[in-house]
Amino acid sequence: MARDWLKGAKQNYDTIVIGSGLGGMTSANLLAKLGHNVLLAEHHYNLGGMATWFKRKGGHVLDISLHGFPIGMIKTFRKYWSKDMADRVIQLKNIRFDNPQFSVNTTFDRVDFTDLLENHFGIMKEVIDEFFNTVREMNFYDEIKISTRDLFERFFPGRKDVWRFLMEPITYANGSTLDDPALTYGIVFSNFMSKGVFTYQGGTDQLIKEMKHEMESNGVDIRTHCLVEKIYVEDGKVKGVRINGRDIECKTVLSNANITTTIQHLVGEEHFKPEFVDEAQKVRLNTSSCQVYMGIKRGEKIDYDGDLLFSSVADEYDTDKILAKDVTSRTFSFYHPFIRPGGNRYSIVSSTNARYEDWSNLSESEYLREKEDLIQTTLDALEKYVPDIRKVADYFEAATPATFKRYTLHPKGTSFGTKFEGLKVSRELPNQIQGLFHTGSVGIIMSGWLGAANYGVIVSNEVDKLLRSLNTEASMVVTSA
Amino acid sequence: MTKEQVRQAILDILTEIAPDEDIHSISDDGNLRDQIDLDSMDFLDIVMELRKRFNIEVPEKDYEFLATMSSCVNYLFPLLGDRKLAS
Ligand SMILES: Cc1cc2nc3c(=O)[nH]c(=O)nc-3n(C[C@H](O)[C@H](O)[C@H](O)COP(=O)(O)OP(=O)(O)OC[C@H]3O[C@@H](n4cnc5c(N)ncnc54)[C@H](O)[C@@H]3O)c2cc1C
Repeated sequence: MARDWLKGAKQNYDTIVIGSGLGGMTSANLLAKLGHNVLLAEHHYNLGGMATWFKRKGGHVLDISLHGFPIGMIKTFRKYWSKDMADRVIQLKNIRFDNPQFSVNTTFDRVDFTDLLENHFGIMKEVIDEFFNTVREMNFYDEIKISTRDLFERFFPGRKDVWRFLMEPITYANGSTLDDPALTYGIVFSNFMSKGVFTYQGGTDQLIKEMKHEMESNGVDIRTHCLVEKIYVEDGKVKGVRINGRDIECKTVLSNANITTTIQHLVGEEHFKPEFVDEAQKVRLNTSSCQVYMGIKRGEKIDYDGDLLFSSVADEYDTDKILAKDVTSRTFSFYHPFIRPGGNRYSIVSSTNARYEDWSNLSESEYLREKEDLIQTTLDALEKYVPDIRKVADYFEAATPATFKRYTLHPKGTSFGTKFEGLKVSRELPNQIQGLFHTGSVGIIMSGWLGAANYGVIVSNEVDKLLRSLNTEASMVVTSA
Repeated sequence: MTKEQVRQAILDILTEIAPDEDIHSISDDGNLRDQIDLDSMDFLDIVMELRKRFNIEVPEKDYEFLATMSSCVNYLFPLLGDRKLAS
């Protein structure tokens, strides 16, 4: 008989969290700390969602989304997780760009960017300062009148090299383009510019282990291999969910599954107002990714001393080219031994933005051939920086949008949730159905490790508010009876 | 609760939220945001802590009253004034 992954689970919970991405786990942990009864259901055998890793023969540990995050993550770890986790955050100081327009090294913070913009790109200091102040002051409540293109046009007219310098890393970080609202750019860019790019010492495996431990000690009932198939709604209120064929009751559901999947498949459109259904259908998914993982042999080393390299052979920044299957632009992450102290191992991961459609319609043999081609062309490109890569590496693997879809169930394997309009739809869920909430990558600004985790906190506040008001109502009924 | 106890209750919450900051240096009338580097997430935490500890719901339109120590005390005192401190 198949193993019962829900063995010992209770018949009802205050909150059932669907999915263990950083949004889902941060919520589960916080709600449990606030005293609620929480079940966390994850369909995969590992926790983490996109914040994940895998191990391969030869002692290779390969990270998916550990390229870097803004300094804000320290505070997020400290407040919603643990001091130990916050203390593991370290800076990546060697960020490189190499493309036909320019080759520069930077610490990727405001001071260094100001210096480069002034001395390398020849922009006037006053313009640079005003640009930084403008983007820093953009916030969530701003109207979305102007696009990032308008913003660049205003400050750096005609300077496509500067646009590339400012935009390319953000496109890699969250899939946004020049046509997205300038405020989404402003928020994410300013988060990075505040102090630079940071990573987690110990690697994703250590991070998730620590998170699991924290959640367990706060009483979260964690269940892997548990697919949530349905969210039950009655009289406009959440009643429960079906997990692996079993019904479990709950007062609130917090879905960390994709927002459109939550509405269309888990709940069902018939439970929402028609105008809302229309609005939800208009939400555009963000793009997906391809990655090539390269494991370096035990005892070998990489001489390249960059941490992150934005490399491109395209003449100028161009979203279509960045997404094209004929890859011209790649971000290389060099994982040096300091990421996992004691192991003395290196790995390199190449990431590119990609479209699901380019990978979903291939026959099995075509798919495998294309994946192999992706690996070989990536190695060709990397040889410019690590000439002996084919000699020092002994493990190669590729992931495509289809891979991301399979592991996270996100439609079209979207890596970064949705475009901006998805955020409003996500926020609106509890007004449509009492007890229904969504968290996780959405609206560009709520994506990435920091965005997803903080959004988990923002939504947990709403869940907590509702749960407490339900409890107060219940106790009033008891006293007045 | 007296005004002084309300003030202490706020300090306790701030200690929890910003454990690495020097809470005791906070002046009554300066902006909390600047004095101990609070951001919008921290204000959300204050709201959650108030709910957890005192069952007080601060609506979003009232967040502005959390700007300084003295405005916090003045805002919360009427809500907490008749509460007894848990012993
Ligand atoms: C290639 C790549 C590189 C990235 N690099 C970085 C980076 O360097 N820095 C950074 O900050 N961010 C990076 N990101 C983005 C970041 O990883 C994500 O934004 C963030 O981890 C998403 O968290 P989330 O809460 O949205 O949940 P997700 O990670 O999307 O997880 C959702 C979870 O829900 C589960 N789930 C879905 N449906 C169900 C169901 N019905 N039942 C049970 N479980 C379900 C899924 O299995 C998954 O575990 C990267 C992303 C990708 C794809």
